[in-house]
Amino acid sequence: MKNKNTASTIRILILTVLGIAMLFPFFWMIGTSFKQGSDVFNLSIFPKKASLENYRKLLSGSYFPMWFLNSLIVGGVVTLSVLFFDSLVGFALSKYKFPGMKIIFLLILSTMMIPTEMLVIPWYIMSSELHWVDTYWGVMFPGLMSGFGTFLMRQFFMGIPDDLLDAGRIDGLNEFYIWWKIAMPLVRPALAALAIFSFIGNWNAFLWPLIVSNMIDMYTLPVGLSFFNGEFQNQWEMVMTGATVATIPVLIIYLIFQRQIINGIALTGVKG
Amino acid sequence: MVYCRKIFSGIGPMTQKKIKRKSVERTKQIWAAAFLVLPIIFYVGIRFYPTFQAFILSFTDWDIISRNKEFIGLENYRMIMKDPVFWKTLGNTGKYILFGLPINLLLGFSLAYTINNVTGKMHDFFKAVYFIPYITSMVAIAWVFRWLLQPAPIGVINKILILLGLPTQQFLLSLTQALPSILTTTIWQGLGFQMIIFLAGLKAIPLQYYEAAVVDGANNRKQLFYITLPLLKPTIVFLIVTGSIRFLRIFTEVLNMSYQGEGGPLNSTKPLVLYIYNKAFYEFEMGYASALTVILFFIILIVTVIQLRVMKDEK
Repeated sequence: MKNKNTASTIRILILTVLGIAMLFPFFWMIGTSFKQGSDVFNLSIFPKKASLENYRKLLSGSYFPMWFLNSLIVGGVVTLSVLFFDSLVGFALSKYKFPGMKIIFLLILSTMMIPTEMLVIPWYIMSSELHWVDTYWGVMFPGLMSGFGTFLMRQFFMGIPDDLLDAGRIDGLNEFYIWWKIAMPLVRPALAALAIFSFIGNWNAFLWPLIVSNMIDMYTLPVGLSFFNGEFQNQWEMVMTGATVATIPVLIIYLIFQRQIINGIALTGVKG
Repeated sequence: MVYCRKIFSGIGPMTQKKIKRKSVERTKQIWAAAFLVLPIIFYVGIRFYPTFQAFILSFTDWDIISRNKEFIGLENYRMIMKDPVFWKTLGNTGKYILFGLPINLLLGFSLAYTINNVTGKMHDFFKAVYFIPYITSMVAIAWVFRWLLQPAPIGVINKILILLGLPTQQFLLSLTQALPSILTTTIWQGLGFQMIIFLAGLKAIPLQYYEAAVVDGANNRKQLFYITLPLLKPTIVFLIVTGSIRFLRIFTEVLNMSYQGEGGPLNSTKPLVLYIYNKAFYEFEMGYASALTVILFFIILIVTVIQLRVMKDEK
């Protein structure tokens, strides 16, 4: 018994030390963001004199608030669209029988295998012909629906008994209302997981927003951050402040929904 | 409606019910079709047509400026085969996979194995902590690591090396150290994902197997090699495939960590996707870049097919 206890203490000790090492880059990032002048280059996580000056500069002297807003809009709208359409399609493909249904499902699933890298060139051509470059729509349109979300929602809708839906039909509800009022409330946990994955995925998305936005005020946070160093002439404390601000919304979501996120990943093995 | 009833009144009650059910089915199908109209347009227009277009473009010499496309057959592919930068970037991508994947799997498994033996609140706590990097923006992470890896006397890691009396390192400026430095960042970020999947796999192994093994006198090591690892095979296959695809598509961290974002020094860190990006959006050689994406597509396809094969054999 004693042996077992020592083993578990050692385990916890190792995991704690490694955990601190794992989070060290974050500590260093946040620490630097509160530093000023030559203190930035001191070998200490804690600033000599903590200052909010970098954050003030970020908010008033850069495009950062604009990029933050852009990311919020893009992430929000795409997430709403994905929730609506993916659950609608997932519902249609699990609760109705019609010819060609299986093929439609397989085709939608197969889109998960097409790498984004292959699509960005045609998307860019499309966007420049239709004048979608440097618009919110341009950043958002490729993500409005997803094969992954459709698959996820279909799985969950299949678990709903048909009797419940038929009860609605007897009450004279049309099919749209049956989906919206009866089926949707029953899959709330799946919707929550999909919303979280979708938002985080879009908040962090880089390749396509980088390609489709040329004007500095249309950048999303990751795109802005990647050009930030140039703008601030190697002021590392500013870059770290930007990185901190880009990370914090996702961290907050993670702290609130940690269990759903981890269980969702384990369940599906895919990030949104 | 009145007309309908008149017709139905002439038929027996059973058939009437059948016809009614048929019309209900029909209404349902119409609704289902209505639900699917927009999505089908979306998937055709934004997924399948662009895929097709990428294939077509790969047979042309189109650059976005001159606006005229010329069909040149397989010329792009022929040029790619003779392009030293292509082979260099393909080799670099191979290095990312070859070194990144085994290290990532080994660390992910060790972490999951250790955390699996911790119970209660601490179990959830460690799981949560190690997962954080996976959900943070890769751009932010890349810049934090770039800051940590700055040459002496600025970079933190070099400062620590000086403090320990060790020689300072060039890291991202070095021809040999830049790729491992970037790879470390990728591994660090992906570790949480591997851990969670391994933990789910470990949880799925029935405890009775271990109990039986203990009765038979098998020690920890034997249990690990004769029960745990063989039963984790589907998990490992899944992680090898998703991991390979992740490393095949490596881009963001290289663009943000290498100097001038060009996969330097001297292309030593440049992966295939960054080469595609530069060809398409800096040199505007859309045809050539499309051919490169087609090659990437087939590599990913092969990896996925192998996974499906192996998984099928399992069953």
